[in-house]
Amino acid sequence: MTSAKPLILSALVALLAVPAFAQDAQIAVAANFTAAAEELGAAFAEETGQTIGFSFGATGALYTQIIQGAPFDALLSADAATPARLADEGHSDGKSIFSYAIGKLVLFSTIEGLVTGPESLEGEFANIAIAEPAAAPYGAAAIETLDALGLTETLRSKFVIGQNISQTHQFVDTGNAELGFVAYSQVIGREDGSQWLVDETLYSPITQDAILLSTDNEAAAAFLDFLRSGTGTAIIESYGYAVAE
Amino acid sequence: MQLFWDIWPAVRLTVSLAFVTTVILLVLGTPIAWWLARSKSRWTVVVNALVALPLVLPPTVLGFYMLILLGPSGPGGWLASFWGARTLAFTFTGLVIGSVFYSLPFVVQPLRNTFAAIGKEPLEAAFSLGFDFRKAFVLVILPLARPGYLTAAVLGFAHTVGEFGVVMMIGGNIPGRTKVLSIAIFDYVEQLRWTEAHIVAFGMLIFAFFTLALTMGADRRASRLGP
Repeated sequence: MTSAKPLILSALVALLAVPAFAQDAQIAVAANFTAAAEELGAAFAEETGQTIGFSFGATGALYTQIIQGAPFDALLSADAATPARLADEGHSDGKSIFSYAIGKLVLFSTIEGLVTGPESLEGEFANIAIAEPAAAPYGAAAIETLDALGLTETLRSKFVIGQNISQTHQFVDTGNAELGFVAYSQVIGREDGSQWLVDETLYSPITQDAILLSTDNEAAAAFLDFLRSGTGTAIIESYGYAVAE
Repeated sequence: MQLFWDIWPAVRLTVSLAFVTTVILLVLGTPIAWWLARSKSRWTVVVNALVALPLVLPPTVLGFYMLILLGPSGPGGWLASFWGARTLAFTFTGLVIGSVFYSLPFVVQPLRNTFAAIGKEPLEAAFSLGFDFRKAFVLVILPLARPGYLTAAVLGFAHTVGEFGVVMMIGGNIPGRTKVLSIAIFDYVEQLRWTEAHIVAFGMLIFAFFTLALTMGADRRASRLGP
């Protein structure tokens, strides 16, 4: 068996030497954009041969990580405020900021017929899921909507709060909360359950901006350009986002 | 002062959760630990491994199963339907169930070790005096096992106070109902409220240190006095 040792050793060294999962860029992405980002990443890899790694989270949480020095080459935020703030605070040059998508808020339930419109918020239910308003722009939009309808205080005791829009969706999707405010991109194309695409006059537009954080990463810059290309915008629109002109 | 009122519901909730969980675990853990210490069955290997699982599993695994099991399509939802609710997630009861599994090894293992250390002799002596098992257990074994119960209670309590992942996944972060201290710290950090995060985190550090120091002190005294 001694003869096998050098072989195993060299195999190990070879494994360590090949960075099997090296990404050409690491990009922080707001949780609502998860599915779209993955499809965009795959399309981008096919077109350019470059791979992008994504880290998903609530925009506020990603912001905290970035100012603490997280190694992200770009941020796809769920709002316009966070990229602007990063630029103001000198973490990046504001010139790279652009709007890659305009998100829509939806009230969703896995229960058939439960959600018909704003009146469903006054119906019988025990839990309504929203994303943490302080960290997640979709959570802030949900509160804005409830404020506009004058229902925030009435419903406060029924809130269950997801750390980001993905956890919020998961609370609703597992049926633990009967309904919840999630991103339209998360439930687009679902035939089951019931949903109400929230009237866009009830909340400020969810303008989602991107910002480049590292100046020397070509793959990240190329990916941001790809978001604005015909292929990119078509994918983004297919997830129910509007794309800024 | 404002911070105190902000954090007070979380403190109260955390302490109640840890207290209820510890009491349940001491009751449930006693027969399990006794059986593990005494039985010659090969099943002890399996049960020992099951009890120790929460030590090595990521809390997210437990949290994920809990979310499904507590929900409307799981046994939790069935149970909740008896009082007209549809899920045990986002409730104190749900957190207690999650915590009982999460802190199980921290209570069962010290008890098992204590029972094993006591050995067979005291029980046999009690039987020879004509005690039945219940009387022997209460009058002979429990007093001998007191240091073990103290360790089990302190560790079970402290570990439940330190719980994060499971509560995060099944709690829904509801102030006063499911938002425990560890989650409150996480929120402060996420929102860059460093001052609040520092105060609460430091408070928990002090609590954990003194808890452990006290347990170890009690352990030392107990081992000096002998069982």
